[in-house]
Amino acid sequence: MKSNVIAWGPYRCFKILVVCALLCTLGLVAQAQSTADAIAQYRAMLQDGNPADLFVDKGELLWSEARGPNKVSLQTCDLGLGPGVLDGAWVQLPRYFQDTQRVQDLESRLLTCMQVLQGFDAAKIAQTPFGVGEQINVSALAAFVSSKSAGQAFQLPQSHPQERRFYELGKRLFFTRAGPYDFSCSTCHSQDDKRIRLQDLPNITGKEGATAGFGAWPAYRVSNGQMWSMQQRLNDCLRQQRFPYPLFASDFTIALGVYMGVQAKGGSAIAPALKR
Amino acid sequence: MSDPMRIRAQSSAGQTTVRVLMSHEMETGLRKDAAGKTVPAWHIQDVVASLNGKQVFSAEWGTAVSKNPYLQFIIKGGKAGDKVSVTWKDTKGEQRTDEVTVN
Amino acid sequence: MTQRRDALKWGAVLPTSVALSGWLTQEAHAFEKNAFEAKTWTDALKALGVSAPMDSKELVLNCPDIAENGAVVPIAASCATPGVKKILFFVEKNPSPLVAIFNVSEDILANFSTRTKMSQTSDVMALALMQDGRALMSRKEIKVTLGGCGG
Repeated sequence: MKSNVIAWGPYRCFKILVVCALLCTLGLVAQAQSTADAIAQYRAMLQDGNPADLFVDKGELLWSEARGPNKVSLQTCDLGLGPGVLDGAWVQLPRYFQDTQRVQDLESRLLTCMQVLQGFDAAKIAQTPFGVGEQINVSALAAFVSSKSAGQAFQLPQSHPQERRFYELGKRLFFTRAGPYDFSCSTCHSQDDKRIRLQDLPNITGKEGATAGFGAWPAYRVSNGQMWSMQQRLNDCLRQQRFPYPLFASDFTIALGVYMGVQAKGGSAIAPALKR
Repeated sequence: MSDPMRIRAQSSAGQTTVRVLMSHEMETGLRKDAAGKTVPAWHIQDVVASLNGKQVFSAEWGTAVSKNPYLQFIIKGGKAGDKVSVTWKDTKGEQRTDEVTVN
Repeated sequence: MTQRRDALKWGAVLPTSVALSGWLTQEAHAFEKNAFEAKTWTDALKALGVSAPMDSKELVLNCPDIAENGAVVPIAASCATPGVKKILFFVEKNPSPLVAIFNVSEDILANFSTRTKMSQTSDVMALALMQDGRALMSRKEIKVTLGGCGG
């Protein structure tokens, strides 16, 4: 009698398994790709009307307002290209400054100007928590200054020996593992195509990743509706690594900025950006 | 004292597209602060807008509109040089008006 | 630059007579408190006196499939059919589903964009209330994801 039952021999089972596995993989890959596309669509829909613009506007007002004990504006503040020159200044920070004989980043330089020109107590502002008092104004000013270099290429100067020293220092710090989890910046930011949940982790050791990572801050974070400067972003990274709380605009943070900024050389600045 | 809105009004092909960013906390009344206390609801409730003094737009918002709200609407007509004015009023009774010239 | 300075001149002052007169002459309607406080979108519809919403391709809802963060989700709706009185937005699973009511005057298009908060993955609905009494609807699910650490 002819059997109508299909013989489920081992070879047939194996073939079916392989086909299933292939289909599953394809399905997953397709899903992953469409997830990435969907997130890209979400981000694109938010591009027009970045709330960071509100902070840029606020920073613009603060820049020209006579403030502080001296009742002076910041309009003669030298951010590296001469007093009051804003265009292109941000993509050359951090850099060495003759008057303070220090390598300074944007926030550090804003504090210098706020103290020297306006009479504020820079140390006191540095000790103020983010989102409080003058720190809010520093973030707004940072957003404003960064907007004046939008789309320009990073070209941090490395001509002064201190600038080169800070680069080497920043590079060393980037790769130094510490803290209770033995994390370094490089733990998350030195390889391509890594992510934490849905957040892509830029490889900051390379130009593209450094531009995406360093060049995006100051940024408006939609998750908490706050405007974060690079100092605040670094502070939070270090918190996530369970490092001690870094001093605001300390050499540690500035050196990291020099390393990242130099790695981003030639990349286009996108700050102030929109972030999760 | 609230921070200024950023309003852009662009006229093209016989209509004027108005895009507004408003600075407002838009508290839902469901959030707890660091001390564990519920932060009371506080949000923009009414928005109106005018073209050259004539009201053309009105809306009511609840707590779900995002913090630092974004709004876009399109006016029939309007041309470069016209004035667009936007006013919001919130649940604390505060309000703010900002005006911009259409370009 | 001058536009912003002009805007600031106006902004620091109480509402201009222009805006004020506009407000007073508009159709008097109180804030739809009950609708905004309703805990389900069907209750919100009842509070607004809206019945039998029907799916319609005349109302186009534009929103992403996935929101990277539920705090800011862009939503937009447009309806080219004449006779739209209001456009409403709902997030079905929000504690209070009604998000916004946009009135359509004769001077503007029935075309609005804003951003909403979503507490979780949910359907988002746009409704167009027509002069002839119809309520057109368009709905779409938006997945709300949990992001990573930094970004």
